[in-house]
Amino acid sequence: MSFLNILTIFVLAIFVGWEVITKVPPILHTPLMSGSNAVSGITIIGALVATASGLDTLTVILGSAALAFATINVVGGFLVTNRMLQKFKKGGEK
Amino acid sequence: MSGLITLEVLVDLAYLIAAILFIAGLKGLAHPRSAVRGNLLGALGMLLAIAVTLLDQQILNWVWIVAGVAVGGIVGTILALTIKMTDMPQLVGLFNGFGGAASILVAGAVLIQLFGAADTGATTDGQTLQVTIATVASGLIGAVTFFGSLIAFGKLQGIVTEKPVRYPGEQIVKSLLLLGSIFVGVLIVLDPTQIYLYWVLVGIASVLGIFLVIPIGGADMPIVVALLNSYSGIAAAATGFVLTNNILIIAGSLVGASGIILTQIMCKAMNRSLANVLFGGVGAVVEDSDQGDIYSGRVKSTSAEEVAMILKTAQRVVFVPGYGMAVARAQTAVRQLTEIMEKDGIAVEFGIHPVAGRMPGHMNVLLAEENISYDKLREMDQINPSFPNTDVAIVLGANDVVNPIARESAGSPISGMPILDVDKARTVVVIKRSLSPGFAGIANPLFAADNTLMFFGDGKAAVEDLVSAYKDA
Repeated sequence: MSFLNILTIFVLAIFVGWEVITKVPPILHTPLMSGSNAVSGITIIGALVATASGLDTLTVILGSAALAFATINVVGGFLVTNRMLQKFKKGGEK
Repeated sequence: MSGLITLEVLVDLAYLIAAILFIAGLKGLAHPRSAVRGNLLGALGMLLAIAVTLLDQQILNWVWIVAGVAVGGIVGTILALTIKMTDMPQLVGLFNGFGGAASILVAGAVLIQLFGAADTGATTDGQTLQVTIATVASGLIGAVTFFGSLIAFGKLQGIVTEKPVRYPGEQIVKSLLLLGSIFVGVLIVLDPTQIYLYWVLVGIASVLGIFLVIPIGGADMPIVVALLNSYSGIAAAATGFVLTNNILIIAGSLVGASGIILTQIMCKAMNRSLANVLFGGVGAVVEDSDQGDIYSGRVKSTSAEEVAMILKTAQRVVFVPGYGMAVARAQTAVRQLTEIMEKDGIAVEFGIHPVAGRMPGHMNVLLAEENISYDKLREMDQINPSFPNTDVAIVLGANDVVNPIARESAGSPISGMPILDVDKARTVVVIKRSLSPGFAGIANPLFAADNTLMFFGDGKAAVEDLVSAYKDA
């Protein structure tokens, strides 16, 4: 894939993000932050690649440390967002 | 067939589906009804991306992968399930930082793999240039995010002083650190085989992250947390450029855009530019000689009994919560008061300023946890026209966001900042410990207005007193 290809994807993704996220109402801004934070844990893919293919010890250690950080982000982020969103109820709903 | 559909194509298709799930998930957050499902879609996308990545790789180090995921999974689960809702800003701050840390480490590992071995001579073709520049960006942004977030976490947790720490030459120090890290970054691009330079870069950028956040005061934390949220996304996207991996770039830019939008909303709600928040700073030195004149002899102090009597005759009551409510943990008492008033047929709503609290949406989460219906949580623009028809506005732990000076006079640090027009309500009850100014350091004429009653006391105790006085009245 050429640099221009991935640059195109990058720029278009920013526009998509902009459109989607401006529609999120202020009452959900905290879950938006923790949820998008979980999505930014996508670095876990990079960490997996680095750890899986690492040939020397240092790379493997760096990779699995990255894996631990990214997993906290992913697992913690989605869980805590879910916990918060469960609380948003309209009158009477239990 | 088998020649057409290779594993590589399948992986790319799976990444595409994951990207669609992320976007659909964020779209779900547009309404509380669809938000839970949206979050699950996002998680599903992540699971898919992880699964196909594992299938795709020739995995040499299973043990290390399992170890990393196990440690992260356990820590993440414990944090997510045990955190109190009042401590949510700290947790979100911390998670931002972890994203940054992961980006630093991945970019570092890739750099070692590509250029660490002695036999790989440094080439400078286009591909190499993309990788090295992206690696520098990952390390720089990741380190600023990680250490900036740690400081933000410390400030929110009370480990680091919440006050803005300002000193002479502050801007010069920050500029030098930024220039220094860019200089080392250029050296890395010129000769990526000098791996140690990468860690020098990370070191300088870490100090930069600390120095960027230390000078910023507690009330500006919503902006800082939103901005660091954006950085963690941009760092992930940069790592995507290192690995030429679409899904990292797409997911990273979604988060980057999200954080920037929130940052912009927060800045607008304070009527300040981002540059002013990061480099200027409110509350450092504000002259306020006329504070005594504003209040002298005009402040009316009230009691729980008096407020309860007024509430009894009210038809419409609006709560305006601020960070003080979170500090006093008064939200449960607020819910109890709301319930008994509603039983008497009084309409109760909540007016929530965009920057109330320590992160975007902070107040909403606290009130939602108390099972207060989300259609009662009103944004500033929705609630403001209704204040003239409001019998009682109860300001609980908010100050600057209800200061009429912002609306009326130019030349004050907060003039032009959009506020909640509580002073237009028939009666305003301000629950506060003292007359001390808010974060902006200026007096609030609202406290001395004819229709304002000051109810001095701790937020939680005061509202609890109101509940019992209301029951007795």
